[in-house]
This record gives sequence, C-alpha cells and structure tokens, in this order.
Amino acid sequence: MTSSRSATIFALALLAPALIYILTIVAYPLVDTIILSFTNASLKAGYDFVGWANYQRIFGVGNFTEVIVRTFVWTFFSVTTKMIIGMAGAVLLNAAIPGQAVFRILTMPPWIVPMAIGIYMWSWMYNGQFGMISGLLQNFGLVDGPVAWLAYGHTAFWATIVTDVWIGVPMVTIYFLAAMQSIPKDLYEAAWTDGAGRFYRFRRITVPLMVPAIITMSLLSLIATFNSFDIIWILTQGGPSGSTTTMIIDTYKTAIGSRKYGEGAARAVVICIFVSLFCLAYFRAVRKLQQGEAK
Amino acid sequence: MSFHDAKATLPAGANPLAATASSVAELSKPKVKAKARPAKAMIDRYHWYEVAALYAGIAVFLFFVLSPFIEGFLVSLKPLAQLFSTPYSFIPKTWSFDAYVNMWTSVPALGMHIFNSFFISSVVTLIVVAIVVPAAYSFARFNFGGQALLLGMFLAVNMFSGAVLLIPLFRLMRSLGLLNTYFAMIVPGAAFLIPSSIWLLRTYMMRIPRELDEAAWVDGASRLYTLRRVILPLAMPGIVVVAIMTFIGAYAQQFIFALTFNSKTEFMPLPVGLFAFFGKQEVIWNELMAASFVGILPVMIVIIFLQRYLVAGLTAGAVKQ
Repeated sequence: MTSSRSATIFALALLAPALIYILTIVAYPLVDTIILSFTNASLKAGYDFVGWANYQRIFGVGNFTEVIVRTFVWTFFSVTTKMIIGMAGAVLLNAAIPGQAVFRILTMPPWIVPMAIGIYMWSWMYNGQFGMISGLLQNFGLVDGPVAWLAYGHTAFWATIVTDVWIGVPMVTIYFLAAMQSIPKDLYEAAWTDGAGRFYRFRRITVPLMVPAIITMSLLSLIATFNSFDIIWILTQGGPSGSTTTMIIDTYKTAIGSRKYGEGAARAVVICIFVSLFCLAYFRAVRKLQQGEAK
Repeated sequence: MSFHDAKATLPAGANPLAATASSVAELSKPKVKAKARPAKAMIDRYHWYEVAALYAGIAVFLFFVLSPFIEGFLVSLKPLAQLFSTPYSFIPKTWSFDAYVNMWTSVPALGMHIFNSFFISSVVTLIVVAIVVPAAYSFARFNFGGQALLLGMFLAVNMFSGAVLLIPLFRLMRSLGLLNTYFAMIVPGAAFLIPSSIWLLRTYMMRIPRELDEAAWVDGASRLYTLRRVILPLAMPGIVVVAIMTFIGAYAQQFIFALTFNSKTEFMPLPVGLFAFFGKQEVIWNELMAASFVGILPVMIVIIFLQRYLVAGLTAGAVKQ
C-alpha cells in the first residue's frame, strides 16, 4: 500500500475517536489535577492560585511521609506474596494430573466477580465475633478468644493485604501458567534424558526462562497494587486510626471526604509522580527484554 | 513484544493453554514427534507421593481462592439468628432459604441493580469496541510520524487509575451535566479500558498478512472497504477476546465511579446497590450474600463458558493487571 499523505490522513482519522476520548477523559483530568494542586479549590465556586502552599502543607504538617512509607510497605508485601502464590499456583496447575482443566477454571472467580462483592465476603470472614477465620481458629483451639481482624491496626494492615493478594492471584497464576507452557518441551526432554530430576529441571529451565514474565507481571502488579482503592475503602476506610491509610485512600479522604480539592490534588500529583516512575521502569524493562529476545 | 504476540494469534476455537503448548512442541520437532511420545509420557509420570503432594497443594491453593465464596454461600443459607451466635459452625445447623426471599423486600431495587451492572458493562463494551477497532487497525498497519510516541502515551495513560483522577473527573462530569446518570459511570469506565484493548487488538491485527490488504488495494477497494470486508472478519476472534476482557474489566471494577459520581438508587450497579444492606442498624449478612450470589450468577455462568478467551486475552494483553 502507498504510504502517501492520504494514508496518513486515513490512519489519523481512524485514531481520532480514541485520541479525543482519552485526551478528554484521562489526559485533561491529569493536567487539571496538576493545576488544581496549586489552588485552594473547594466546594465553593471559583478558586485562587496559592503557589506551593498545598505541597508545603502536606509535607510540612501531619503524617504524609508516614503514609508514603506505609503505602510502599503495603504494596511490597502484597506484590511479593502475589508473585509467590501465583508461581506456586502455576506450577500446581501445570502438572499433568486428572482434573487439571477444572482446577484452572476454579482459579478464576476472584478475578471475574465484581471486586466489591468479593470484598464484602471477606469483610464478613474477618468479623471477630461470628466470622469464619476467627471462628475456625477458635474451633481448632488455635486462638483463645475472638479476634476482630479489622479492629486493630496491625491485623487490619495484614488483612487488607491478604484480600488484595486474593484478588490478584488468579490473574498472576494464569499468566505464569501460560508463560510456563510456552517453554519448549524438548528442553525438558533433553534434560530428562540426561537424568535431571524434576526440581533440577524447574530450577535450571523453568525459572530462568520465566524471568521475563516474572519481571513484566511484577511491574504491572506493582502499578495496580499501588493504585488499589476498593479493598481498603470497603474493609477499613483507612482505619483503625489510619493504620491502613495508603496514599490513594488519603487522597480520597482529603478530596472527596473533606472537599479540599486543591490539597487533594497535590496529594494526587505525588501519586502520579510515583506511578510515572513505575511506568518508566516498566517500559524500560519491556524494551530490554525485547532486545534480549532479538539477540 | 513477541512473548505476548505468540498467544494473541490463537484460533478462536482452540484452548489457548493446550494449543500453545502443543504448537510449540510441533514447531520445534515435527518429524521426531512419534519417537518423542513415549518419552513425553514418561516425563509426565509421577510417583504416588508426588501425585498426593500435588493434589494436596492444589487443595490448599483452591481453598484460599474459593473459601470466601463457600463461606458466603453457606452464610446465605443460615438464618440470621444462627449467624450471630457462638460457637461458630461452618455448616448451617438449620438450612433456610429465607434470605433469598426477603432480600427482594430489604433492597427493593435489587433487580434494577443487577440489571444496571449488566447494562453499564455492556454499553462500556460497545463503546470500547467501536473506538478500539479502528485505532488498533491504524496502529497495526500504518506508519506515520510520532506513532510510537502516541502508542506509548496510550499505554502510559493506562497506568493511572480513576481513583487518582477523581477530583477533576468529578468536575468534568459535573460540567458535562453527567452526574447522577448512567453516563457518569459509563464514560470514565470506558476510558480506562481503551488503551489496553488497543494494545491487545493491535497485536492480534499485526498477525494478519499485509498481502491481503495489498491485494484488496490492487483490486481497487477503498481503504475503508478493506478494513470492513477484509480485516474485520479475520480479526473477529481477536475482537471477541477484547470484548470479553472489556466486559469483565467493566463488570469487576464498577465501584469507585458509581460511588462518587452517582447518588440515584435507580442507576446504581450491584456492588454499590448492595451498600443498602450496610445502611441498616445491623448488616443483614445472609441477605447480602444471597443477593450477591443471585446478582453475579448469570454473568458467572456465561464467563465460565468463555474462559478460554480470558486466558488468550490475559496473556496477549498484559499491559494492565
């Protein structure tokens, strides 16, 4: 086909709806966030520019750095656990045993049901008096009395991580499983002929060849987890006493809860900066992996 | 990204997991296949204790994944008085289907919420597919200045979540007059699903031979005609995958926009509509669970039948979790 000017016009015309849509609904709000972060916008109509005042306030007073650190710790443990359980799940579902197909289907529900509904179920399971986790632990004599998981800072912190892992695991598992199955079979057969055991084959063939998939998924999962909102909001709303307040919850509370749009926007901008850094890391990793494959 | 490409081109009918594995094996050694078969069978042979360990591992794994659903289902069958009693018993002592009857009066708009969830996801899917098909074709077939940059921009935009942009989105919805309408949930919902869908479909379309376009061009077909009559039919399996992934994305994630941009009961999707159960003095958990199961059941059944597309979509389009 000709690569004439008319081709370019046609290509741009095809692209126009997507471009206009994204510019209006995502790019414009992104720019608007940055602008708002320098204003004192609130529920009232109109606002004034206040320079760096919002940034000075969030970094000056209060516990913003604490929130940032907490977000990173929360994200780190959640992503790491997802990767480990996802890998274990992929290995198990990859084994050639009867029932394999059914097990794979049974892995998917947490991913495809509305997230909020899965979280409602967890919020009942965490109930101290009557919930399943506390109840079963008591029945088996592992704890003495009821444990209200969401009522204490440190247990609530881990409880929200467990639920986040639960929602993320199916996708990671299926993704790893597919990557595992794209490894050429003859590698395994050659190693097997040479007398390599199953664990040795896993360590020397599966793991090295899975590295690109693990890196890709870790970074994607990092970005998604960092942005995780529904789970914490439904389970604890950032409580008790701020122990599960991550950056995104903090932003939501400031902006939507207290109607401080300007200050909320400043907090959102800080999130955007982190997400952009993760994004850059992701693109660089993908490019590196592609170059590695091309060699 | 050839790692992803490999899986985007699966024929619609094939099970992607099985197909990938077998096609890789076939490609690598077509001739010695017959000879390799006994070795392949032997390599997959397990000792009995290995099989036992595998099943035990799978049991633990699936227990983690499914326990909230099992518990939720059993809760929906317990009378409320039994729920709020100790000691805890996993299996209901008395079985009761009252929750499935009473929930319709506790939340009068329940049927509406179930419909809304489905409706919102469907409209989002239609919008996304209509926008994504031409855009993906444009990225897959044409070369113009700044194309790579534009594609990168789309992907980068995808990484920002709606939660971060909530304030300006709220202002935007307000000035567009969309607050408290279906569109307050549909319009932003679709936006965040477009970039990853473009990526997925572009990967798929790049596998359609260019010669087909060129042949149509030589025969005097216009560009639009080529897209409609040559490319669209061939890309249909890919479009189906995109549509299903979009539907699930829209269905699973409808919460924050519905929570923030809409306050009218009649427009609320299921996840937010169920909040009504929390508004009471005491949460009626058994009805909440019953309503959840009834609400998600129709979509779940359909999705289970379509699960092979999910795997194809997930592996090809893993630009966003």
